[in-house]
Order: sequence, then structure tokens, then C-alpha cells
Amino acid sequence: MENQYLNSGDKNIGVEKSTPNILHKKNWKLKEKIFKIVLLFAGVTILLIIGGIILSLLFSSIPSLKKFGFSFIIGNEWDPVNEKYGALPFLIGTAMTGFLALLISLPFSFSISILLGEYFKKGLLSSFIKTMTELLAGIPSVIYGFWGLFFVVPIIRNVEMIFGAIPYGVGILTASIVLGIMIIPYSASIGREVLELVPNDLKEAAYSLGATRYEVIKTVSIPYSISGIIAGIILSLGRALGETMAVTMLIGNMNSIPENIFAPGQTIASIIANQFNEANNELHISAMIELGLLLLVMSAIINFLGKYIIKKLSVEG
Amino acid sequence: MEGTILTTKDLFVYYDTKCAVNNVNIEFQKNKITAIMGPSGCGKTTLLRCLNRIHELNPSAKVEGKILLHGEDLLAIDPILVRRKVGMVFQRPNPFPTMSIYDNVISGYKLNGIRLKKSEFDEIVEDSLKKAALWKEVQHDLHKRGTFLSGGQQQRLCIARALAMKPDVLLLDEPTSALDPISTSHIEELLVELKKTVTIIIVTHNLAQAGRISDYTSFMYLGELVEFGATDKVFTNPQNEQTERFLTGKFG
Repeated sequence: MENQYLNSGDKNIGVEKSTPNILHKKNWKLKEKIFKIVLLFAGVTILLIIGGIILSLLFSSIPSLKKFGFSFIIGNEWDPVNEKYGALPFLIGTAMTGFLALLISLPFSFSISILLGEYFKKGLLSSFIKTMTELLAGIPSVIYGFWGLFFVVPIIRNVEMIFGAIPYGVGILTASIVLGIMIIPYSASIGREVLELVPNDLKEAAYSLGATRYEVIKTVSIPYSISGIIAGIILSLGRALGETMAVTMLIGNMNSIPENIFAPGQTIASIIANQFNEANNELHISAMIELGLLLLVMSAIINFLGKYIIKKLSVEG
Repeated sequence: MEGTILTTKDLFVYYDTKCAVNNVNIEFQKNKITAIMGPSGCGKTTLLRCLNRIHELNPSAKVEGKILLHGEDLLAIDPILVRRKVGMVFQRPNPFPTMSIYDNVISGYKLNGIRLKKSEFDEIVEDSLKKAALWKEVQHDLHKRGTFLSGGQQQRLCIARALAMKPDVLLLDEPTSALDPISTSHIEELLVELKKTVTIIIVTHNLAQAGRISDYTSFMYLGELVEFGATDKVFTNPQNEQTERFLTGKFG
């Protein structure tokens, strides 16, 4: 028996062939190595793909970068016929729709998070609202666009007539409303999850001090989960900036800086979707790819900003 | 009995249909420490949680009977007022991690939206931390978060937080079971000191602890109160067979 313990390597000295030797593993070092390599391969592939996307966008936008330089960002004229490309109207359009959508979605997503994370954690109503909210995220964006055209556009047209604006129907506001609805589930579900994670004994401590439910939510639960709630909001903003189909259908596709929220406009995503098919000279394509690069940079900045805020506000920090 | 502050009369507590507290009649004496003991699942924590109506957070809990605070049925008054008069300290130290030490102490006021002058808050903070024997250790770190404190210090911060509301009764649910022996003895000394100003009711698993600090001991078994009396009498001459078995370490 002693031998068995001393020789746990490759040879089974002193152990009969018929008894299974639990201390002997075949080729485990090699298996371990192969497993690690497979995992590493997946990780490196992701890095390569992202690096490749950024590099190819960068290379393809060189002609446009060379020709326009910084004026690409501050130029407000986009005229493919005369080869003038300025992205300012789309940058403003993207920012306006993104933040307006966020503003519209926030009251709903915040309320739904609290409703499902604090009030109705279990039960029929809870799972019904939860499923419906998640379904909102699963609706294809073209359906949102379609619904917006036939339902939101006529309403906005009436509103525009009341305010004396030109009754386009489509425009920044219309796109933002539909976009706002589209992004509700992202911040709502993350908000619900982080609110559910608030330790029960913290809430009990607050109740024991004579707090009401509203006071507990306001003073204990929300501060505890604020970093997660903000993470959800930022995720939904990122989603709003890049959304293409529904926005293209509803924003009115006008290549100028929108004068007000009723005016038609264009986002980076919608101009690319609108013109990519018809772009046939190198400069036009290059300018469009530079737009894509700008959108990528915008999303990256928002992501980093979000991570920074989360770090600053998290409970452990 | 004279000096009674809190009384339960024919108290029953049910979770759905399961009876957790069965016909408990007990009189808690003012400015004394009363220990509630018993094996796991005997209903002692449930009884404690009824005394400030925190049991109502569990929707399946139902209470029958009366709980009199200063002769007034606290089941009939606003639970929010009850909880300000009857404070609670929990098993695990749970200072609010998002708040500074200072804000933790006055969190009861903040939570209830009570606005006082800065000087008044300062006074409450200093007074409560002194009562909880924590002032010397944290007086220079009042605006840091409470989470860097040791477990024992955090628990004393929780006691200070409860004391800041100037409660008549302080309920403690196994307050030292998550702490090391030194922190435990700090808390025990503190409780003995505190009974001058507040009535203390403590649930504990620790026989020696009950023997060291409590004036009265109650013993619960299967939801019933089977023994109640002065601690030295209960420990030396228990009337009930279950109590004796528990005290001699035969179960529990």
C-alpha cells in the first residue's frame, strides 16, 4: 500500500492492474494545457476582431481624413454631388435623439425597476410585467419603425399643428419617442436586478428606525444600487446612439442641423443606412466610413465614462 | 410587577398556519436586561421581531393578542412610531454602507425626514457614539464610511444608530454571534452600562452571555414560554425540565 502513495506518477508499482488507482491520472498536464489554449484562443480572437474592425475603419477613412481633417466634424454641409462632407448635423442629430430618448425612457424604466425590484418581487403581476418588459427588447426594430410611422407620426403631426410648427410628423421627436420605448427594457431589467440585490438586513435596519417604504427605497435601496442603475442607463444610451432601422424610418432624413425637436434630421446610423447603397465614389464611401468610426468612438467614450462613474459610486469604493 | 415597561398578553404568532409563538405572556422590566433563550426554531426571534412590529415585513406573519408598551397596545398604533420607541440591533452588523459614520448615527432622523440644526445633529452623534463606547475610536473619522470599521465597531455603530432615536426599549437579536470574543465582551460591557437609560431585551444562543449580563431570563421551547424569572434563579434552580436540560447542555 505504501508504494501506491509514493509512486503517484506514471508507473503503478505495487498496485495490481485490476484495482483502479485514484491517484493516477493519465496525461493530465497535457489536457490542462490544451484546455487553457482553447480558452486563450477565444479571448485572443475577440481582441483580433475588434482590433481589425477599428483598423479597417481607420484605413478606409484615410481619404476622407486627409481631405477634410478636423473640418469633417465641424462642417455642417453634407453634399455628395459637390463632394462636401461635414458630419456636424448627424452628430447633433445623434446626440439629440439619444438624450431625448433617454429622457423619455428614464421615468418608465426607473419606475419599473423599483416596482419589480421592491414592490412586486414575486407573483403573477410581477412575472407578467417582467415578461412584457423583456418582450419589448425582443421586438425587431423594423416593427418599431413601422408602428411609429402609423401610430406616433399622426399624433406628432397634430401636436405640431397645435404648436404652429411645420407638420412633418417625422423628425427628431418622433424618432426619440420610439427610441425611448425601445430602450426601456435595458435599463429597467438591470435596475431591477441591482435593486433585488440590496441586502435585506439593511432594509430591516431602516424599517427598525421608523422609516416608511418610500423612505427605505429613497435612502437605502437606491443609494446602495446606484452604480448598477447608472450602468443600465448608460447601456441603454449606447443602444440608443447606434439604433438604425427604426430611427431611419422616423427621423425624416434631412441632412441639416435640426432647428428644434420637431424638425427632421439625421443620425450617424441613419445617414449610413440611407446612403451606403448609392455611394459609388471613393471619397463618399470613405466619408461614410469615417462616420462609422465617429459612432464607434462615441460609444467607446460613453462606455468608459460609465465605467468611471460606476467605480466612483460603487459601495465598495 | 412594578416597573413593567413592555407586556405581551396571550400573544400568538402564525406563519400562514404554522404557530411560531404560542400564547406567550411576559412582562419586561424597565431598565433591566432580559435574555430570551431557547433552541433553534423555538420562536424567540419571532417574539423579538413582534416587539417592534418588524415581523410585518413578512406578509405571511399574523399576530393575535396584545403587546402593551407603557400600557398602550402597540399593535394598534402606527408601526412607524412603535419602531422609533423600540429600536433594534441585528445579528450581522449592518451599518448603511453608502453613508458615513456620522450619517449612519443620524440615519433615523434622515430616514424620517426630521430636520434639525447642524449643532443638534452634532450633539446627537457625539452623545450616541459615547453611549455606544465608540466615540474615542471614531471621533476623527466621522465623515468616513462605516464599512472600514471592524465587526465589533460596526455593531457598536449599529447600537449608536438605534440609540440616536432615543428609544425606550432596545431589542438585540443575537448581536454578538458574528463577533470575536473580545468584541463580544466589549458589547456585553456596553449593554450593562446602557441599561441605566434603556430597557434591553436580547435574544442569545450563548448561555454564558445570558448568565453574565441579564437580570431576567426567559426560556422558550416550541413556541411556548416555559420559564421566566430572575436570571440567578433560572440558572440555579430551573422550574421546567426542558430549561434544565438546555442549561446542562443536553440539547440546544
